[in-house]
Amino acid sequence: MAGNGKPKFAMYWAASCGGCEIAVLNIGDKILAVDEAFDIAFWPCAADFKVKDVESYPDNYIDLCLFNGAIRTSENEEMAHLLRRKSKVLVAFGSCAHEGCIPALANLTTSEAIFQAAYINSISTDNPKRVLPQPVSKVAEGELHIPVFYDRVRALDQVVPVDYVIPGCPPEPPQIWAVLEAVVSGAPLPAPGSTIIGAGKVAVCDECPLEKHEKTITRFYRPHEIVPEPGICLLEQGILCMGPATRSGCGARCPRANMRCEGCYGPLDDVEDQGARMLSALASVVGVGNLRDEEAKLEHMIEEVMETLADPAGTLYRFSMAHSLLQRARVEMGSSSQGGTQ
Amino acid sequence: MSAPYEPVIVGFLCNWCSYRAADLAGTARLHYAPNMRPIRVMCSGRVEPDLVLKAFREGADGVLIAGCHPGECHYIEGNLKALRRYVLLRRMLRQWGIEPERLQLVWASASEGTVLAEAVNRMTEQLRALGPLRWKQTVLGGNGHPSIATSVAAAVEEATAMTEEA
Repeated sequence: MAGNGKPKFAMYWAASCGGCEIAVLNIGDKILAVDEAFDIAFWPCAADFKVKDVESYPDNYIDLCLFNGAIRTSENEEMAHLLRRKSKVLVAFGSCAHEGCIPALANLTTSEAIFQAAYINSISTDNPKRVLPQPVSKVAEGELHIPVFYDRVRALDQVVPVDYVIPGCPPEPPQIWAVLEAVVSGAPLPAPGSTIIGAGKVAVCDECPLEKHEKTITRFYRPHEIVPEPGICLLEQGILCMGPATRSGCGARCPRANMRCEGCYGPLDDVEDQGARMLSALASVVGVGNLRDEEAKLEHMIEEVMETLADPAGTLYRFSMAHSLLQRARVEMGSSSQGGTQ
Repeated sequence: MSAPYEPVIVGFLCNWCSYRAADLAGTARLHYAPNMRPIRVMCSGRVEPDLVLKAFREGADGVLIAGCHPGECHYIEGNLKALRRYVLLRRMLRQWGIEPERLQLVWASASEGTVLAEAVNRMTEQLRALGPLRWKQTVLGGNGHPSIATSVAAAVEEATAMTEEA
């Protein structure tokens, strides 16, 4: 394993779906080049390594660590600290590690409600004793410990310092390869410090071939409510395409397939809150009401349009909840019976 | 808690109407709640949602946006943009657990010092009833750490024990 002089490579997943690992394999036969160039030091998904192996390495032993997944449990956090210590270059790989992604949508509710939904109320659950996961449980042989489920999902850089970020859900294989190739060739990387690599610097709209005209929306459609007219900007058609507020790098894959951009590449440079930016853009394209309308009527007309937008927080912050300005919703403790009745 | 709760309102006042309304309220020596911290912006349409969210995160209990009446905007329809943002933002804030009363929009022309003063008075009273927001301490406190999760686990354990008894 060790001692062949090749740079050491690690990949780990925390709170994520596994799509990022698939995306790495999706670079196709170039994966052989990766195997040739790197020595795999830790990659539980692809090779048999244990946490003990990582613990046994000296600090900074791993040259490149791709960390995908958000920080949901104490185990995720421990692994983030361990891999930070053992890695020269730590990369937040994919949207979950970058800004929370789908797991961070849980920040709109509480851990209590999640447990209720997952272990008590879902139709397929058979749990008559209402057993819920406990961080510590006593058994005859002693105490059993499982990771603690945190109340807030965080991005990787909210837990440990991150050198680079490769955004995307998942990152596009050509972008992944471009980064790996640069590392292998020894090309200088940009200065570290949560620096975005493997992505563009303009909005998705810049890469999108759909035809754009003056936008005036009088109602919003969810994807299943409309068959979009091909070739025309989706936002114009009332489909909440996140293109204007989303970083390019994917080649506008979704809009090219007539599917709205969901915003997975995250906000553009110098934007702190992707959802707020998109909300701002939406306000400019809602074409209802003119200056001669009565004040009260005006507000009512605009409200009617906005009412057609289902789940604004979950739509505008689908990928960036953990990194948004507010980070998680405010739920009164003790009153969170959202998960169901006892 | 030592000091009694006094609501903090961040007020974004447009340069052409509402800031002058506030000036007028001052020169007319109107008495109104001192809870608003005014910030002059060139237009209510300049108040991006980021600014509102940042105010809430940094400790505001409420945010007041004040601009010219529709049809009287110095930039023709900046205030219409503000209204559209406000309607959607208010709707979205509900999902974040922020009551709609914490974000308000008021039209106050340069001659309507009383309108602005009344809006601040009204909002202050509403915020007093709602209580403090204190986003960083109450929502982001504990840094996502298990303090809350374990208290939940304890509560759940208790509930489980109760159901078992039953």
